[in-house]
Amino acid sequence: MESFLNRYRSITILLLVILAQLALVAVQVKNDQDVRLIRVWTVTAVTPVARIVEALRGGSSGLIRNYVLLYDAHEDNRRLQAEVGRLKLDNIYLKNEIGMADRAKALSVFQSHTPSRTVAATVIGTGAGTNSKVVFVDRGSVSGVERGMAVVTPDGIVGKVITAYPTASAVLLITDPDFAAGVISQKGHVHGTLKGQGTPICKVDYVPFDEKVEPGEWLYTSGDDRIFPRGFPVGVVKAVRSAQPFKEILVDPSGMARGLEDVLILVEGVHQAIPDTPPVNQSVFIGSPPPADTTKPPDNPVKSPPGGPAGTEADKLRTQYKDIGDAQGHKFGEGTPGSKPPDFNLKLPGPVGAPAAGQAPAAAPPASKPAVPPGGASHP
Amino acid sequence: MSYSGGHILLSSQRESQVSRFPAWVMLVVPLAAILFQVYVPLFFEFLSFLQMPLLVVVYFALMRRSQVSGLLVGALVGLAQDSLSKNPLGMLGIVNTLVGYFAASVGLRLDVDHPLIRLLLTFFFFLFHQLFYWVMVRALLGQQLAFDLQKTLVLGLLNAVVGVSLFHFLDKLRKAT
Repeated sequence: MESFLNRYRSITILLLVILAQLALVAVQVKNDQDVRLIRVWTVTAVTPVARIVEALRGGSSGLIRNYVLLYDAHEDNRRLQAEVGRLKLDNIYLKNEIGMADRAKALSVFQSHTPSRTVAATVIGTGAGTNSKVVFVDRGSVSGVERGMAVVTPDGIVGKVITAYPTASAVLLITDPDFAAGVISQKGHVHGTLKGQGTPICKVDYVPFDEKVEPGEWLYTSGDDRIFPRGFPVGVVKAVRSAQPFKEILVDPSGMARGLEDVLILVEGVHQAIPDTPPVNQSVFIGSPPPADTTKPPDNPVKSPPGGPAGTEADKLRTQYKDIGDAQGHKFGEGTPGSKPPDFNLKLPGPVGAPAAGQAPAAAPPASKPAVPPGGASHP
Repeated sequence: MSYSGGHILLSSQRESQVSRFPAWVMLVVPLAAILFQVYVPLFFEFLSFLQMPLLVVVYFALMRRSQVSGLLVGALVGLAQDSLSKNPLGMLGIVNTLVGYFAASVGLRLDVDHPLIRLLLTFFFFLFHQLFYWVMVRALLGQQLAFDLQKTLVLGLLNAVVGVSLFHFLDKLRKAT
Protein backbone atom coordinates (compact mmCIF):
# COMPACT_ATOMS: atom_id res chain seq x y z
CA MET A 1 0.00 0.00 0.00
CA GLU A 2 2.80 2.36 0.96
CA SER A 3 4.73 1.66 -2.20
CA PHE A 4 1.58 2.20 -4.20
CA LEU A 5 1.06 5.64 -2.63
CA ASN A 6 4.71 6.53 -3.19
CA ARG A 7 4.50 5.52 -6.80
CA TYR A 8 1.34 7.50 -7.40
CA ARG A 9 2.12 10.29 -4.95
CA SER A 10 1.43 13.20 -7.28
CA ILE A 11 -1.84 11.90 -8.64
CA THR A 12 -2.96 10.98 -5.11
CA ILE A 13 -2.32 14.50 -3.84
CA LEU A 14 -4.05 15.93 -6.92
CA LEU A 15 -7.13 13.84 -6.28
CA LEU A 16 -7.16 14.77 -2.60
CA VAL A 17 -6.87 18.50 -3.35
CA ILE A 18 -9.56 18.33 -6.04
CA LEU A 19 -11.88 16.30 -3.81
CA ALA A 20 -11.36 18.72 -0.91
CA GLN A 21 -12.27 21.67 -3.12
CA LEU A 22 -15.22 19.83 -4.61
CA ALA A 23 -16.46 19.19 -1.08
CA LEU A 24 -15.95 22.86 -0.30
CA VAL A 25 -18.04 23.87 -3.31
CA ALA A 26 -20.69 21.30 -2.50
CA VAL A 27 -21.05 22.50 1.07
CA GLN A 28 -21.40 26.10 -0.05
CA VAL A 29 -23.89 25.35 -2.81
CA LYS A 30 -25.98 22.97 -0.73
CA ASN A 31 -26.21 25.12 2.39
CA ASP A 32 -26.08 28.43 0.51
CA GLN A 33 -23.45 29.48 3.02
CA ASP A 34 -20.06 30.99 2.55
CA VAL A 35 -16.74 29.82 4.01
CA ARG A 36 -16.16 33.23 5.45
CA LEU A 37 -12.82 32.61 7.13
CA ILE A 38 -10.84 32.06 3.92
CA ARG A 39 -12.42 35.10 2.29
CA VAL A 40 -11.64 37.25 5.33
CA TRP A 41 -7.99 36.14 5.22
CA THR A 42 -7.64 36.94 1.54
CA VAL A 43 -9.45 40.27 1.67
CA THR A 44 -7.52 41.27 4.78
CA ALA A 45 -4.30 40.41 2.96
CA VAL A 46 -5.16 42.18 -0.28
CA THR A 47 -7.10 45.32 0.67
CA PRO A 48 -4.36 46.92 2.81
CA VAL A 49 -1.93 46.48 -0.08
CA ALA A 50 -4.52 47.95 -2.44
CA ARG A 51 -4.92 50.91 -0.09
CA ILE A 52 -1.16 51.45 0.04
CA VAL A 53 -0.90 51.25 -3.75
CA GLU A 54 -3.77 53.72 -4.08
CA ALA A 55 -2.13 56.08 -1.57
CA LEU A 56 1.21 55.82 -3.38
CA ARG A 57 -0.50 56.48 -6.70
CA GLY A 58 -2.24 59.60 -5.35
CA GLY A 59 0.89 60.78 -3.52
CA SER A 60 3.26 60.27 -6.41
CA SER A 61 0.97 61.97 -8.89
CA GLY A 62 0.70 64.92 -6.46
CA LEU A 63 4.48 64.99 -6.03
CA ILE A 64 5.09 64.91 -9.76
CA ARG A 65 2.49 67.60 -10.30
CA ASN A 66 4.01 69.84 -7.62
CA TYR A 67 7.49 69.26 -9.00
CA VAL A 68 6.37 70.24 -12.47
CA LEU A 69 4.72 73.39 -11.13
CA LEU A 70 7.81 74.36 -9.15
CA TYR A 71 10.07 73.65 -12.09
CA ASP A 72 7.88 75.74 -14.33
CA ALA A 73 7.84 78.61 -11.81
CA HIS A 74 11.64 78.89 -12.14
CA GLU A 75 11.62 78.41 -15.87
CA ASP A 76 8.86 80.97 -16.12
CA ASN A 77 11.27 83.92 -16.07
CA ARG A 78 13.34 82.59 -18.94
CA ARG A 79 11.06 80.76 -21.30
CA LEU A 80 7.55 81.70 -22.18
CA GLN A 81 7.03 78.28 -23.66
CA ALA A 82 7.36 76.69 -20.27
CA GLU A 83 4.58 78.95 -19.06
CA VAL A 84 2.28 77.60 -21.75
CA GLY A 85 3.11 74.06 -20.73
CA ARG A 86 2.45 74.82 -17.09
CA LEU A 87 -0.90 76.38 -17.89
CA LYS A 88 -1.86 73.33 -19.89
CA LEU A 89 -0.95 71.12 -16.97
CA ASP A 90 -2.86 73.48 -14.69
CA ASN A 91 -5.88 73.18 -16.90
CA ILE A 92 -5.83 69.40 -16.82
CA TYR A 93 -5.28 69.37 -13.08
CA LEU A 94 -8.05 71.91 -12.39
CA LYS A 95 -10.46 70.08 -14.64
CA ASN A 96 -9.77 66.93 -12.64
CA GLU A 97 -10.11 68.84 -9.38
CA ILE A 98 -13.41 70.39 -10.50
CA GLY A 99 -14.66 66.97 -11.53
CA MET A 100 -13.64 65.53 -8.18
CA ALA A 101 -15.12 68.46 -6.25
CA ASP A 102 -18.26 68.16 -8.33
CA ARG A 103 -18.67 64.51 -7.42
CA ALA A 104 -17.78 65.04 -3.77
CA LYS A 105 -20.15 67.98 -3.47
CA ALA A 106 -22.97 66.15 -5.20
CA LEU A 107 -22.42 63.24 -2.82
CA SER A 108 -22.36 65.57 0.18
CA VAL A 109 -25.48 67.45 -0.92
CA PHE A 110 -27.30 64.19 -1.56
CA GLN A 111 -26.13 62.80 1.78
CA SER A 112 -27.45 65.85 3.66
CA HIS A 113 -30.79 65.85 1.82
CA THR A 114 -31.70 62.19 1.84
CA PRO A 115 -33.61 61.02 4.91
CA SER A 116 -31.71 57.72 4.90
CA ARG A 117 -28.60 57.34 7.04
CA THR A 118 -25.59 56.76 4.83
CA VAL A 119 -21.88 56.03 4.95
CA ALA A 120 -19.64 57.44 2.21
CA ALA A 121 -17.19 54.96 0.67
CA THR A 122 -14.59 54.86 -2.07
CA VAL A 123 -14.19 52.06 -4.59
CA ILE A 124 -10.73 50.51 -4.11
CA GLY A 125 -10.79 47.42 -6.31
CA THR A 126 -12.71 45.13 -8.58
CA GLY A 127 -13.64 41.50 -8.12
CA ALA A 128 -11.19 38.91 -9.43
CA GLY A 129 -13.72 36.49 -10.87
CA THR A 130 -14.34 35.87 -14.55
CA ASN A 131 -17.03 38.27 -15.86
CA SER A 132 -17.37 39.54 -12.30
CA LYS A 133 -19.34 42.72 -11.64
CA VAL A 134 -18.21 43.08 -8.08
CA VAL A 135 -16.25 45.98 -6.61
CA PHE A 136 -14.63 46.46 -3.24
CA VAL A 137 -15.21 49.62 -1.20
CA ASP A 138 -13.10 50.89 1.67
CA ARG A 139 -15.81 50.64 4.34
CA GLY A 140 -16.53 47.47 6.24
CA SER A 141 -18.24 46.12 9.31
CA VAL A 142 -16.14 48.42 11.51
CA SER A 143 -17.99 51.37 9.87
CA GLY A 144 -21.35 49.71 10.43
CA VAL A 145 -21.68 48.16 6.98
CA GLU A 146 -23.58 44.88 6.84
CA ARG A 147 -24.39 42.34 4.15
CA GLY A 148 -27.48 43.30 2.16
CA MET A 149 -27.16 47.05 2.51
CA ALA A 150 -27.97 49.15 -0.54
CA VAL A 151 -25.25 51.13 -2.32
CA VAL A 152 -26.23 54.30 -4.18
CA THR A 153 -24.88 57.48 -5.74
CA PRO A 154 -26.76 60.75 -6.14
CA ASP A 155 -27.66 59.60 -9.65
CA GLY A 156 -29.22 56.30 -8.68
CA ILE A 157 -28.70 52.86 -7.24
CA VAL A 158 -25.37 51.11 -7.79
CA GLY A 159 -25.61 47.71 -6.13
CA LYS A 160 -25.79 45.96 -2.82
CA VAL A 161 -23.26 44.76 -0.26
CA ILE A 162 -22.79 41.01 -0.60
CA THR A 163 -20.05 40.64 1.99
CA ALA A 164 -18.86 42.97 4.72
CA TYR A 165 -15.32 42.42 5.95
CA PRO A 166 -13.84 44.40 8.82
CA THR A 167 -12.12 47.01 6.66
CA ALA A 168 -13.77 46.57 3.28
CA SER A 169 -16.95 45.35 1.64
CA ALA A 170 -17.76 43.58 -1.60
CA VAL A 171 -20.54 45.23 -3.61
CA LEU A 172 -22.50 43.36 -6.27
CA LEU A 173 -23.20 45.87 -9.05
CA ILE A 174 -26.60 46.16 -10.64
CA THR A 175 -25.10 45.04 -13.96
CA ASP A 176 -24.20 41.61 -12.55
CA PRO A 177 -26.41 38.78 -13.83
CA ASP A 178 -27.08 37.72 -10.22
CA PHE A 179 -28.44 41.13 -9.22
CA ALA A 180 -32.17 41.76 -8.81
CA ALA A 181 -34.19 44.60 -7.30
CA GLY A 182 -37.81 45.66 -7.24
CA VAL A 183 -38.59 48.69 -9.39
CA ILE A 184 -41.61 50.82 -10.18
CA SER A 185 -42.24 53.03 -13.19
CA GLN A 186 -42.74 56.71 -12.69
CA LYS A 187 -45.91 57.30 -14.71
CA GLY A 188 -48.00 54.16 -14.44
CA HIS A 189 -46.48 52.91 -11.18
CA VAL A 190 -45.95 49.53 -12.86
CA HIS A 191 -43.99 47.08 -10.73
CA GLY A 192 -41.19 44.89 -12.10
CA THR A 193 -37.90 43.24 -11.21
CA LEU A 194 -34.66 44.80 -12.36
CA LYS A 195 -31.99 42.29 -13.35
CA GLY A 196 -28.40 42.67 -14.48
CA GLN A 197 -27.22 41.06 -17.69
CA GLY A 198 -23.45 41.34 -17.40
CA THR A 199 -23.55 44.30 -19.80
CA PRO A 200 -24.00 48.04 -19.12
CA ILE A 201 -27.73 47.67 -19.88
CA CYS A 202 -30.12 46.03 -17.41
CA LYS A 203 -33.52 44.48 -18.04
CA VAL A 204 -36.81 44.55 -16.17
CA ASP A 205 -38.68 41.27 -15.83
CA TYR A 206 -42.19 40.33 -14.79
CA VAL A 207 -44.00 43.33 -16.26
CA PRO A 208 -47.27 41.98 -17.75
CA PHE A 209 -47.67 42.66 -21.47
CA ASP A 210 -50.81 44.77 -20.96
CA GLU A 211 -49.10 47.25 -18.61
CA LYS A 212 -47.98 50.54 -20.09
CA VAL A 213 -44.29 51.43 -19.87
CA GLU A 214 -42.77 53.85 -22.36
CA PRO A 215 -39.19 54.42 -23.50
CA GLY A 216 -37.73 57.45 -21.76
CA GLU A 217 -39.72 56.82 -18.62
CA TRP A 218 -37.84 56.79 -15.32
CA LEU A 219 -37.81 53.80 -13.02
CA TYR A 220 -37.46 54.02 -9.25
CA THR A 221 -36.90 51.46 -6.55
CA SER A 222 -40.18 50.06 -5.28
CA GLY A 223 -38.95 48.98 -1.85
CA ASP A 224 -40.44 45.52 -2.37
CA ASP A 225 -37.05 43.82 -2.14
CA ARG A 226 -36.42 45.11 1.40
CA ILE A 227 -32.94 46.19 0.33
CA PHE A 228 -33.45 49.42 -1.57
CA PRO A 229 -35.81 51.92 0.04
CA ARG A 230 -38.66 53.10 -2.17
CA GLY A 231 -38.07 56.15 -4.35
CA PHE A 232 -34.40 55.94 -5.40
CA PRO A 233 -33.75 56.52 -9.12
CA VAL A 234 -32.80 53.37 -11.03
CA GLY A 235 -32.53 54.47 -14.65
CA VAL A 236 -34.31 55.35 -17.85
CA VAL A 237 -36.27 52.88 -19.95
CA LYS A 238 -34.33 52.49 -23.17
CA ALA A 239 -36.50 50.07 -25.10
CA VAL A 240 -39.79 48.25 -24.60
CA ARG A 241 -40.68 45.18 -26.62
CA SER A 242 -43.99 43.40 -26.48
CA ALA A 243 -43.75 39.74 -25.54
CA GLN A 244 -45.82 37.06 -23.86
CA PRO A 245 -46.46 36.88 -20.99
CA PHE A 246 -44.10 39.67 -19.92
CA LYS A 247 -42.74 42.70 -21.66
CA GLU A 248 -39.04 42.92 -22.53
CA ILE A 249 -37.81 46.17 -21.04
CA LEU A 250 -34.23 47.40 -21.27
CA VAL A 251 -33.02 50.01 -18.80
CA ASP A 252 -30.03 52.31 -18.91
CA PRO A 253 -28.99 52.49 -15.24
CA SER A 254 -28.26 56.00 -14.00
CA GLY A 255 -26.24 55.24 -10.87
CA MET A 256 -22.94 54.61 -12.63
CA ALA A 257 -23.42 57.11 -15.44
CA ARG A 258 -20.59 59.32 -14.17
CA GLY A 259 -18.15 56.56 -13.29
CA LEU A 260 -17.86 54.68 -10.07
CA GLU A 261 -15.44 56.18 -7.58
CA ASP A 262 -17.39 57.42 -4.58
CA VAL A 263 -20.60 55.80 -3.36
CA LEU A 264 -22.95 55.92 -0.40
CA ILE A 265 -23.94 52.84 1.58
CA LEU A 266 -27.44 53.08 3.05
CA VAL A 267 -26.98 52.07 6.67
CA GLU A 268 -30.60 52.92 7.47
CA GLY A 269 -32.86 53.27 4.45
CA VAL A 270 -35.98 55.43 4.57
CA HIS A 271 -38.72 54.99 1.98
CA GLN A 272 -39.52 58.06 -0.10
CA ALA A 273 -42.33 59.03 -2.42
CA ILE A 274 -41.96 58.41 -6.14
CA PRO A 275 -41.43 61.88 -7.64
CA ASP A 276 -43.82 63.11 -10.34
CA THR A 277 -41.06 64.56 -12.45
CA PRO A 278 -37.90 62.91 -13.70
CA PRO A 279 -34.88 63.45 -11.48
CA VAL A 280 -32.74 66.33 -12.63
CA ASN A 281 -29.04 65.94 -13.09
CA GLN A 282 -27.76 66.23 -9.57
CA SER A 283 -24.31 67.44 -10.47
CA VAL A 284 -23.28 70.64 -8.72
CA PHE A 285 -23.35 73.60 -11.01
CA ILE A 286 -20.31 75.83 -11.04
CA GLY A 287 -20.96 78.98 -13.00
CA SER A 288 -18.71 80.26 -15.74
CA PRO A 289 -16.81 83.52 -15.14
CA PRO A 290 -18.70 86.71 -15.99
CA PRO A 291 -18.12 87.85 -19.57
CA ALA A 292 -15.71 90.68 -20.16
CA ASP A 293 -17.18 94.05 -21.12
CA THR A 294 -16.85 93.90 -24.88
CA THR A 295 -18.15 97.45 -25.43
CA LYS A 296 -14.91 98.98 -24.13
CA PRO A 297 -11.65 97.76 -25.60
CA PRO A 298 -9.01 97.25 -22.95
CA ASP A 299 -6.65 100.20 -22.59
CA ASN A 300 -3.79 98.05 -21.44
CA PRO A 301 -4.19 94.48 -22.65
CA VAL A 302 -0.58 93.74 -21.69
CA LYS A 303 -1.59 93.74 -18.04
CA SER A 304 -3.86 90.74 -18.51
CA PRO A 305 -2.33 87.51 -17.30
CA PRO A 306 -1.11 85.16 -20.02
CA GLY A 307 -4.00 82.80 -19.58
CA GLY A 308 -6.56 85.53 -20.43
CA PRO A 309 -8.58 87.94 -18.29
CA ALA A 310 -9.77 85.16 -15.98
CA GLY A 311 -6.65 84.23 -14.02
CA THR A 312 -5.97 81.89 -11.15
CA GLU A 313 -4.71 83.02 -7.72
CA ALA A 314 -1.20 82.13 -8.91
CA ASP A 315 -1.63 84.37 -11.96
CA LYS A 316 -2.77 87.28 -9.78
CA LEU A 317 0.20 86.79 -7.48
CA ARG A 318 2.54 86.63 -10.44
CA THR A 319 1.09 89.86 -11.86
CA GLN A 320 1.46 91.54 -8.47
CA TYR A 321 5.13 90.53 -8.18
CA LYS A 322 5.78 91.61 -11.74
CA ASP A 323 4.25 95.02 -10.97
CA ILE A 324 6.41 95.33 -7.86
CA GLY A 325 9.48 94.44 -9.91
CA ASP A 326 8.54 96.94 -12.63
CA ALA A 327 7.99 99.69 -10.05
CA GLN A 328 11.54 99.14 -8.74
CA GLY A 329 13.11 98.69 -12.17
CA HIS A 330 13.90 95.06 -11.45
CA LYS A 331 13.83 92.43 -14.16
CA PHE A 332 13.24 88.91 -12.88
CA GLY A 333 15.72 86.31 -14.00
CA GLU A 334 18.51 88.78 -14.79
CA GLY A 335 19.93 89.41 -11.33
CA THR A 336 23.27 87.87 -10.43
CA PRO A 337 23.60 85.70 -7.32
CA GLY A 338 23.97 87.93 -4.27
CA SER A 339 22.40 90.98 -5.92
CA LYS A 340 19.70 92.82 -4.01
CA PRO A 341 16.24 91.37 -4.59
CA PRO A 342 13.24 93.66 -5.05
CA ASP A 343 11.23 94.68 -2.01
CA PHE A 344 8.17 92.48 -2.21
CA ASN A 345 6.53 94.33 0.70
CA LEU A 346 6.32 97.48 -1.38
CA LYS A 347 2.74 98.77 -1.34
CA LEU A 348 1.50 99.60 -4.79
CA PRO A 349 -1.46 101.91 -5.30
CA GLY A 350 -4.64 100.19 -6.40
CA PRO A 351 -5.96 96.68 -5.84
CA VAL A 352 -3.96 93.52 -6.23
CA GLY A 353 -3.24 92.92 -9.85
CA ALA A 354 -3.95 96.53 -10.78
CA PRO A 355 -1.34 98.37 -12.82
CA ALA A 356 1.55 100.03 -11.05
CA ALA A 357 1.95 103.77 -10.65
CA GLY A 358 2.38 105.59 -13.92
CA GLN A 359 0.63 102.96 -15.96
CA ALA A 360 -2.84 103.18 -17.42
CA PRO A 361 -5.47 101.11 -15.62
CA ALA A 362 -6.88 98.07 -17.33
CA ALA A 363 -10.40 98.46 -18.66
CA ALA A 364 -11.81 95.33 -17.08
CA PRO A 365 -10.92 94.16 -13.59
CA PRO A 366 -9.36 90.72 -13.49
CA ALA A 367 -12.23 88.34 -13.34
CA SER A 368 -11.80 85.27 -11.29
CA LYS A 369 -13.79 82.10 -11.53
CA PRO A 370 -16.12 81.87 -8.55
CA ALA A 371 -15.77 78.62 -6.64
CA VAL A 372 -19.46 78.68 -5.74
CA PRO A 373 -22.07 80.59 -7.73
CA PRO A 374 -24.12 83.20 -5.93
CA GLY A 375 -27.33 81.88 -4.51
CA GLY A 376 -26.17 78.42 -3.55
CA ALA A 377 -24.00 75.68 -4.88
CA SER A 378 -26.42 72.95 -5.69
CA HIS A 379 -29.36 72.59 -7.98
CA PRO A 380 -30.64 69.16 -7.15
CA MET B 1 20.41 24.82 -20.26
CA SER B 2 21.77 23.47 -23.53
CA TYR B 3 19.38 22.80 -26.37
CA SER B 4 19.79 19.35 -27.83
CA GLY B 5 20.20 20.27 -31.42
CA GLY B 6 17.21 22.57 -31.35
CA HIS B 7 14.91 19.80 -30.10
CA ILE B 8 12.09 20.79 -27.85
CA LEU B 9 11.93 17.47 -26.01
CA LEU B 10 14.32 17.05 -23.12
CA SER B 11 16.88 14.44 -24.05
CA SER B 12 18.17 13.61 -20.60
CA GLN B 13 17.41 13.99 -16.95
CA ARG B 14 20.38 16.36 -16.68
CA GLU B 15 18.61 18.82 -18.93
CA SER B 16 15.47 18.92 -16.85
CA GLN B 17 17.01 21.06 -14.18
CA VAL B 18 14.54 22.33 -11.61
CA SER B 19 14.40 26.11 -11.33
CA ARG B 20 14.48 27.34 -7.76
CA PHE B 21 13.14 30.61 -6.52
CA PRO B 22 13.67 32.58 -3.31
CA ALA B 23 10.80 32.25 -0.85
CA TRP B 24 9.82 35.89 -1.21
CA VAL B 25 9.37 35.45 -4.95
CA MET B 26 6.99 32.54 -4.38
CA LEU B 27 4.99 34.75 -2.01
CA VAL B 28 5.16 38.18 -3.60
CA VAL B 29 4.69 37.27 -7.27
CA PRO B 30 1.32 35.45 -6.85
CA LEU B 31 0.14 38.20 -4.48
CA ALA B 32 1.17 40.86 -6.98
CA ALA B 33 -0.62 38.96 -9.75
CA ILE B 34 -3.84 38.82 -7.73
CA LEU B 35 -3.46 42.47 -6.78
CA PHE B 36 -2.95 43.31 -10.44
CA GLN B 37 -6.22 41.66 -11.35
CA VAL B 38 -8.06 43.39 -8.52
CA TYR B 39 -6.59 46.85 -8.81
CA VAL B 40 -5.36 47.59 -12.33
CA PRO B 41 -8.66 47.09 -14.25
CA LEU B 42 -10.12 49.78 -12.02
CA PHE B 43 -8.07 52.34 -13.90
CA PHE B 44 -7.26 50.53 -17.15
CA GLU B 45 -10.34 48.49 -17.94
CA PHE B 46 -8.89 47.18 -21.19
CA LEU B 47 -6.30 45.25 -19.15
CA SER B 48 -8.99 43.13 -17.53
CA PHE B 49 -8.42 40.48 -20.22
CA LEU B 50 -5.09 39.62 -18.62
CA GLN B 51 -5.27 36.53 -16.39
CA MET B 52 -2.14 37.33 -14.38
CA PRO B 53 -2.80 34.74 -11.64
CA LEU B 54 -3.15 32.03 -14.28
CA LEU B 55 0.08 33.10 -16.00
CA VAL B 56 1.92 32.98 -12.68
CA VAL B 57 0.56 29.50 -11.91
CA VAL B 58 1.61 28.25 -15.34
CA TYR B 59 5.08 29.75 -14.96
CA PHE B 60 5.85 28.33 -11.53
CA ALA B 61 4.44 24.93 -12.48
CA LEU B 62 6.49 24.78 -15.68
CA MET B 63 9.72 25.97 -14.14
CA ARG B 64 9.67 24.07 -10.87
CA ARG B 65 8.87 20.84 -12.71
CA SER B 66 7.15 19.40 -9.66
CA GLN B 67 3.57 18.24 -10.00
CA VAL B 68 2.87 18.56 -6.28
CA SER B 69 4.31 22.06 -6.13
CA GLY B 70 2.42 23.05 -9.29
CA LEU B 71 -0.95 21.85 -8.06
CA LEU B 72 -0.46 23.47 -4.65
CA VAL B 73 0.44 26.84 -6.18
CA GLY B 74 -2.57 26.51 -8.47
CA ALA B 75 -4.90 25.63 -5.61
CA LEU B 76 -3.75 28.50 -3.40
CA VAL B 77 -3.89 31.12 -6.17
CA GLY B 78 -7.27 29.81 -7.32
CA LEU B 79 -8.72 29.90 -3.82
CA ALA B 80 -7.42 33.44 -3.37
CA GLN B 81 -9.12 34.43 -6.62
CA ASP B 82 -12.33 32.77 -5.47
CA SER B 83 -12.14 34.65 -2.19
CA LEU B 84 -12.12 37.94 -4.05
CA SER B 85 -15.04 37.04 -6.27
CA LYS B 86 -18.63 36.07 -5.65
CA ASN B 87 -17.96 32.48 -6.73
CA PRO B 88 -18.19 29.65 -4.23
CA LEU B 89 -14.70 28.89 -2.93
CA GLY B 90 -13.07 26.16 -4.98
CA MET B 91 -14.36 26.92 -8.46
CA LEU B 92 -11.23 28.63 -9.74
CA GLY B 93 -9.26 26.63 -7.17
CA ILE B 94 -10.06 23.35 -8.91
CA VAL B 95 -9.35 24.77 -12.36
CA ASN B 96 -6.03 26.28 -11.32
CA THR B 97 -5.06 23.08 -9.47
CA LEU B 98 -5.47 21.10 -12.68
CA VAL B 99 -3.63 23.77 -14.67
CA GLY B 100 -0.73 23.64 -12.19
CA TYR B 101 -0.60 19.83 -12.25
CA PHE B 102 -0.71 19.50 -16.03
CA ALA B 103 1.73 22.36 -16.58
CA ALA B 104 4.23 20.73 -14.24
CA SER B 105 3.72 17.39 -16.04
CA VAL B 106 4.45 19.07 -19.36
CA GLY B 107 7.43 20.86 -17.84
CA LEU B 108 9.00 17.48 -17.07
CA ARG B 109 9.02 16.52 -20.74
CA LEU B 110 9.49 19.72 -22.74
CA ASP B 111 12.16 22.38 -22.88
CA VAL B 112 10.10 25.10 -21.25
CA ASP B 113 12.88 27.70 -21.61
CA HIS B 114 12.10 27.93 -25.31
CA PRO B 115 9.92 31.04 -25.99
CA LEU B 116 7.85 29.30 -28.67
CA ILE B 117 7.06 26.42 -26.33
CA ARG B 118 6.11 28.89 -23.65
CA LEU B 119 3.82 30.77 -26.05
CA LEU B 120 2.04 27.60 -27.14
CA LEU B 121 1.74 26.22 -23.61
CA THR B 122 0.37 29.49 -22.20
CA PHE B 123 -2.14 29.69 -25.04
CA PHE B 124 -3.19 26.08 -24.47
CA PHE B 125 -3.52 26.43 -20.70
CA PHE B 126 -5.53 29.65 -21.08
CA LEU B 127 -8.01 27.82 -23.31
CA PHE B 128 -8.07 24.87 -20.93
CA HIS B 129 -8.66 27.23 -17.98
CA GLN B 130 -11.54 29.05 -19.69
CA LEU B 131 -13.17 25.92 -21.05
CA PHE B 132 -12.90 23.94 -17.83
CA TYR B 133 -14.20 26.86 -15.78
CA TRP B 134 -17.17 27.12 -18.14
CA VAL B 135 -17.86 23.41 -17.74
CA MET B 136 -17.57 23.68 -13.94
CA VAL B 137 -19.97 26.62 -13.72
CA ARG B 138 -22.54 24.77 -15.83
CA ALA B 139 -22.09 21.43 -14.12
CA LEU B 140 -21.67 22.40 -10.48
CA LEU B 141 -23.56 25.69 -10.23
CA GLY B 142 -26.10 25.15 -13.00
CA GLN B 143 -25.46 28.63 -14.39
CA GLN B 144 -25.59 29.50 -18.07
CA LEU B 145 -22.23 31.18 -18.62
CA ALA B 146 -21.60 32.44 -22.14
CA PHE B 147 -18.57 30.98 -23.96
CA ASP B 148 -17.40 32.89 -27.01
CA LEU B 149 -14.79 30.68 -28.68
CA GLN B 150 -13.51 33.38 -31.06
CA LYS B 151 -13.05 35.87 -28.24
CA THR B 152 -11.42 33.23 -26.05
CA LEU B 153 -8.93 32.36 -28.79
CA VAL B 154 -7.97 36.01 -29.23
CA LEU B 155 -7.66 36.55 -25.49
CA GLY B 156 -5.63 33.36 -25.23
CA LEU B 157 -3.21 34.66 -27.83
CA LEU B 158 -2.90 38.03 -26.08
CA ASN B 159 -2.33 36.35 -22.73
CA ALA B 160 0.26 34.06 -24.29
CA VAL B 161 2.18 37.02 -25.72
CA VAL B 162 2.10 38.84 -22.39
CA GLY B 163 2.94 35.57 -20.65
CA VAL B 164 6.16 35.08 -22.66
CA SER B 165 7.33 38.58 -21.67
CA LEU B 166 6.32 38.01 -18.06
CA PHE B 167 8.14 34.65 -17.98
CA HIS B 168 11.25 36.32 -19.34
CA PHE B 169 11.09 38.84 -16.49
CA LEU B 170 10.41 36.15 -13.88
CA ASP B 171 13.40 34.13 -15.18
CA LYS B 172 15.62 36.86 -13.75
CA LEU B 173 14.26 36.11 -10.28
CA ARG B 174 15.46 32.50 -10.40
CA LYS B 175 18.17 31.41 -8.04
CA ALA B 176 21.48 30.95 -9.82
CA THR B 177 22.41 27.27 -10.02
